[in-house]
Amino acid sequence: MKLKSINHFFAFVLAMFIGNSAMAQSAQGPEMADLMRSNGKIYIVVAVCLTILIGLFLYAWTIDRKISRLEKEK
Amino acid sequence: MNKSWWKILSFLLLVYTIVAGFLWEVPRLDILNETIRNLYFHVCMWFGMMILYGISFAYSIRYLRGFNYKYDIYATHFASLGSLFGVLGYITGAIWVSVTWVTQSGQSLGTVLKEPKLIGAAIALLIYGAYFVLRGSFTDMDKKARVSAVYNIFAFVMLFPSIWIIPRLVGSLHPGSPGSDSGNPALDQNDLDAGMRMVFYPAVIGWTLLGIWLATLRIRLQLIRDKSITHEA
Repeated sequence: MKLKSINHFFAFVLAMFIGNSAMAQSAQGPEMADLMRSNGKIYIVVAVCLTILIGLFLYAWTIDRKISRLEKEK
Repeated sequence: MNKSWWKILSFLLLVYTIVAGFLWEVPRLDILNETIRNLYFHVCMWFGMMILYGISFAYSIRYLRGFNYKYDIYATHFASLGSLFGVLGYITGAIWVSVTWVTQSGQSLGTVLKEPKLIGAAIALLIYGAYFVLRGSFTDMDKKARVSAVYNIFAFVMLFPSIWIIPRLVGSLHPGSPGSDSGNPALDQNDLDAGMRMVFYPAVIGWTLLGIWLATLRIRLQLIRDKSITHEA
């Protein structure tokens, strides 16, 4: 059941990108990802991106500390 | 810790960029739709590239003034991070183009990619590619540093005609060309939505600081490696 709704979500996202130009002019003006925002799943994307960002910064931080240690050794 | 405040600032600004960049309202426009959010990522790569290349340019001049080998190392690594940002900007631009410039009127992505702005950007990146080829082709260190510093100045100057001037003279689909109303859309008060500017400028600072941080990591490593040469400097 849960899997099905996830599948629907991905199908929706896919359809949004593919059908973008085909159904651009709707009655309410330009189409935006309102549904994506209303069902809250955009937060998942934000969470994923933040996780990657945090991971990259932690990685850079550890390299930074290692270099600092090397600099102190002389 | 007190010297790393700008690294933390970069992190906070990028967290803000992602959260506000995905969740805040953006203007509703045809064709662009939600892709306008790419402004916080794609355009920032080019801004970051210009700033990093600018820093590299300044260090090349500084090297030529006193022939301190340290500044040659600085210039190289800022240029390489600038090139990384440029390549990322080019790739993200190509992805963006594939949904906004390719319309139903029969163009293929191949024809769209023959755009003046894209060709100009490719030329600029290739000129910087030649900078690294040039550096690699010297065995004598002083000659390498001297010639590549002079070439780096040329490369930076060539950025302006190839990515700013020529695409705006001949017309381009890219914002900022004669067809649109603005000279520089990202900086124009009337062209960029006020809410978007609240995210865009912090994003530029955040991405640029990240680039500077990564460049300094490489510089510090190289300085440790070349300590015997730069010791007295």
